[in-house]
Amino acid sequence: MNAPLIVFFVLAVVAILGAISLILQRHPIHSALSLIVVMVALAGLYLLMGAEFVAAVQIIVYGGAIMVLFVFVIMLLNAGSEERTNISKMAGWAGLPLAIALMGFLAAAVARSTDRVQAAAQTGAPAPTKALATLLFQDFVYPFELTSFLILVAILGAIVLAQRDQKESHL
Amino acid sequence: MIPTHYYLILSAVLFGLGVIAFIFRRNIITIFMSIELMLNAVNLAFVAFSQAWNRLDGQVFVLFVIVVAAAEAAVGLGIIILIQRNRQSLNVERVDLLKL
Repeated sequence: MNAPLIVFFVLAVVAILGAISLILQRHPIHSALSLIVVMVALAGLYLLMGAEFVAAVQIIVYGGAIMVLFVFVIMLLNAGSEERTNISKMAGWAGLPLAIALMGFLAAAVARSTDRVQAAAQTGAPAPTKALATLLFQDFVYPFELTSFLILVAILGAIVLAQRDQKESHL
Repeated sequence: MIPTHYYLILSAVLFGLGVIAFIFRRNIITIFMSIELMLNAVNLAFVAFSQAWNRLDGQVFVLFVIVVAAAEAAVGLGIIILIQRNRQSLNVERVDLLKL
């Protein structure tokens, strides 16, 4: 077994254990920490695939900004452990089998789809960040500008939603 | 070199775990985090395909997905704060105005 394969399996196991921990923890802050573990493991996998810039963005934006936002809201709302209420009957009975079936179908579908991908694959030269920048700012410059507009709208929306009204507000 | 379908199967498993968390958790913040987990699984598939085809488009899509996830987190957490303020609870079972 070669070294990249071992690294892959270690990171994959860390990611899956983190995801399972996210499901099993009862306190949201523990779930958030589990999710950070998953994201760091995924960043390692991106590095393994030669996507350095995406790995850096994953750590900085996902592991940093977004998860800090989550932890901040959890602490702001002083969210305690999840109270146990009766789960809806349908989710309780059909949820787990259907979710596992979905997982199996997805895995089977994507695994079968890779035959053609493997045929088309080159020797897998690592992607330089410079080429990514060229692609992002030339071919995808219009969607890129649109995302900045999306961010602006999201900031305005978050401010409008979270501000305290003078009048009595309804949800 | 690691076969692409290893990455894709890992991606499918992470997505499925996200679906399970989405169905079984009652805390709205945790449900939100499970959505982020599913987005991460999709990102992994994007990067894997990008590497397999030896094209960079997949990585650009990952950047867009991350931007959308950030915007979604900002708006969604604003909504969560509103729910907490109006219902004094983060349990989704208590947000049931539309339920018969």
